[in-house]
Amino acid sequence: MALIAMEKVEERRRLPALLPKAEWVVLGLLVIFVAGLSFAPLLRLAITAIAPAGVIDLGHVAELLWKKKVLTASTNTLVVALLSTLLAMVLGTVAAALTVLTDMRFKTAWVFAFVLPLMIPPQVTALAWVQAFSPSSPVLGLLGLSLHDGGRHPLYSPGGIILLLGFYHAPLVFLTVRAALRRLPAELVEAARAAGATSWPLIFTIILPLARAGLFAGAALAFVSSISNFGIQAMLGIPARYPTLITLIYQQMNSYGPSALADMAVLALLLSILTIVGVAISGWLGQRGDVRVDGIGRSLEIRLGRWRPIVEAVSWLFIVLTMALPLSALVATSVVTGFGQELSWKTLTLVNYANALVHQASIRNAFLTSLLLTSITVAILMIVSLFMAYFIVWKRGPLVRVLHLFSELTYALPGIILAVAMILFFLRPLPVLGFSIYGTVWIILAAYLSSFLALALRPVLGGFAQIDRAMEEAAQVAGAGFLARMRDVIIPLVAPAAVAGGVMVFMSALNEIQVSILLVSSNVRTIGPMVVFLEEGGSSTLAAAVGCLMIAAVLILMLAATCFSRYLPKGVLPWQN
Amino acid sequence: MADIVISDLSKMYGGKRVLDRVAMHIVDGEFIAVLGPSGCGKTTLLRLLAGFETPDEGTIQLGDRIVSSREANVPPEKRNIGIVFQNYALWPHMSVADNVGYALKIAGASTQERLQRSRDALAVVGMENLAERAPSDLSGGQRQRVALARCLAAKPSVMLLDEPLANLDVHLRAAMENEFVRFHRHTGATMVYITHDQSEAMALADRIAVIDRGRLVQFDRPRDLYREPQSEMVARFIGNGQVLPVQDVRPDADAAIVSIFGKDHRVRARRSEQVRSSARLSVHTSAMRLAQPGEDGFAGKVERVIYRGNHSQVDFLVTAEPDLQLTLHAPADVAIPSDDTIQVCISDGWVIPAAA
Repeated sequence: MALIAMEKVEERRRLPALLPKAEWVVLGLLVIFVAGLSFAPLLRLAITAIAPAGVIDLGHVAELLWKKKVLTASTNTLVVALLSTLLAMVLGTVAAALTVLTDMRFKTAWVFAFVLPLMIPPQVTALAWVQAFSPSSPVLGLLGLSLHDGGRHPLYSPGGIILLLGFYHAPLVFLTVRAALRRLPAELVEAARAAGATSWPLIFTIILPLARAGLFAGAALAFVSSISNFGIQAMLGIPARYPTLITLIYQQMNSYGPSALADMAVLALLLSILTIVGVAISGWLGQRGDVRVDGIGRSLEIRLGRWRPIVEAVSWLFIVLTMALPLSALVATSVVTGFGQELSWKTLTLVNYANALVHQASIRNAFLTSLLLTSITVAILMIVSLFMAYFIVWKRGPLVRVLHLFSELTYALPGIILAVAMILFFLRPLPVLGFSIYGTVWIILAAYLSSFLALALRPVLGGFAQIDRAMEEAAQVAGAGFLARMRDVIIPLVAPAAVAGGVMVFMSALNEIQVSILLVSSNVRTIGPMVVFLEEGGSSTLAAAVGCLMIAAVLILMLAATCFSRYLPKGVLPWQN
Repeated sequence: MADIVISDLSKMYGGKRVLDRVAMHIVDGEFIAVLGPSGCGKTTLLRLLAGFETPDEGTIQLGDRIVSSREANVPPEKRNIGIVFQNYALWPHMSVADNVGYALKIAGASTQERLQRSRDALAVVGMENLAERAPSDLSGGQRQRVALARCLAAKPSVMLLDEPLANLDVHLRAAMENEFVRFHRHTGATMVYITHDQSEAMALADRIAVIDRGRLVQFDRPRDLYREPQSEMVARFIGNGQVLPVQDVRPDADAAIVSIFGKDHRVRARRSEQVRSSARLSVHTSAMRLAQPGEDGFAGKVERVIYRGNHSQVDFLVTAEPDLQLTLHAPADVAIPSDDTIQVCISDGWVIPAAA
């Protein structure tokens, strides 16, 4: 009796607010959502890796990891991830310093052009580069240049992978460093000037050290994204016979199917550990002797003087070389009938586009599947993130923190890991329903919901932080219950942020490849992996047309979001200066 | 009758007692001010009354129903209270009329009744012409009025006002003070008004609850707080009161003879005052003046004289107790050089009762 009574008291203590029912129901649904789509699959993955037969078997794990193939792939992964991160750090920091600190002209346009590659699916970027620098490149041909025939493509090499990953992730570093630079209090800079520091010493002794936290935050993002960037690693690494962990997982799954799952779980776990260690190290580097300073920075303008035209020319040349050149090669390839054919008015054709959109059912269906999946994902995640952000920002508590953590974890981990986890978790028939969703479109939907929750959530968290809690309390005092408050007061106020999150999810999921590459089957294909399949199958011109269509879709979305940007919370659209 | 009975109410945050066994009885229709320095726990009291927080000890009774206790907490939406928030918390996506009528819409009132009552509520605060405006188009004072009307339209049994004048500029405050008094008279609602500004509390409230470090130190009419503070904290907090050490307290009917720096004075004291060797005396600036020639006072050394227009503020150190600085107001036309020695008379004072 005494024991029971005490338990009751304990319970009350933990749940002191005695929230009304609707709130508990919603929280319960959120727990089921995160537990079923994030926690359980990842747990299943870890258990399969460590204890495939039900007992912990580390000997098997060690044996597998010691194989030469795995060791090589791990080393390769680390090499490309570290070196490309270094490249991204240099490029991103220079770009941020130029746009925030100097009087360079046409910054808005330049920032847009610099950040744009981030929005283009990596497999399309890789395809564009491959075509730009191939011996029969239509663009180099137009310029009167050509690489000597024969021999391997220069980008099918570790150097090519590093270069492309570095270019691709430089905008990530750029965004965090820019944010850090903008937060620098102007007084610190003015004090240094008063002490006699001129522009360049000022940058190296005051400004960059103070922006270090931002630099390493960007480095962590670039590292994680490099490790998990399937598009570039597969498009360049597979022809180069330079295996990395994710291409190894992909190829093994392709060759052996679900029977290789247990071993793949081990590799996935290794990849997650690399990811987490990388993030932890850069977090430590960024925080060590933390000198975080926050203030409203008045913009500092270093006058470039007579260097200005030169700096501007170099920065635009960079854009031309890394973006305009490959993209124009892609476009050029997409409008000829055969790869390598010379582009002229006579050879110009739209037949590839017609094939992609109309004639080839598999491509058309892939477009429709992606559109459908993405729309459903966006709709569900917008609603989930509105409610989840409410609990994260205003209710807090340990349970809510765990939910938040898992949503971030499934976003941060390489998509291919999530895919392996999803297959493991959903391979067996579902309880009650009695069928397996493996091989259907639903497993892809489940993976998208899990993977992109954090992306939808972030702007909404920002939106909640900006509105005054008293808005809700006033509605509560007026007699409105939880759902009425959500409907009448909270959702109207944070809706723009939820829309921003929805746009980000739409852009990411529409052309997504990492997660779906393992989940697509012969019946169900999404458009993201299509480029890889077409290129592997030798249909370069068709692949280029599909890639161009994917970029067009992204540009339309960006344009639409930009038109609505004045209703959105500041800073949610990364391409805006 | 919707009396509010607060008994032994305590609230802890991270092991710290921010509200410590507070007990009050607020009579239906009263205008109560809860007054205290920032961080004293008055906002916590408001949030407990509203139901946003659950007490760790004690209860709150609203009418004949216990609404707050450790075991059970009636949520704010079921309490029939109204709050005017410090920053008004008007919903920016609704018009003034929709803001005011929201509680009625939630309660399921008919459209006609809702419009009628919203209009009436807006008329009380003189805002009926701005019903279709958005809150962002209104000035600070107008927003304040809308917040009041929103509160009024719901016909709550209790209205809680959380520093409603804190965000307004000085002249608007005076106007809004009048508005509150009129509003209270008009509606007869029980009002609990949270503030740190004692002149606001004195001007508005029927009774004032002074809170200090989580404890209710005195709950009295403004006049009693001013004239008969029950503790040194209240004596200093209300009306820029000053506190002097006195010796040799000898009760005398409903007054007492005390020795102020060696000179006997007759001052007010409570009936039950005992003979004591020392006590603290509450004296207001207005009860201290320069001695006339030939009059007997205590000596002080002038520290500083500040010209205030209709009087001069004289800060001086008491000669008998050089650490004690006091202030009196002298006629503006009397020249008082710094470092001069002055004689000071006390015409009225109150012996602060010994701590219980």
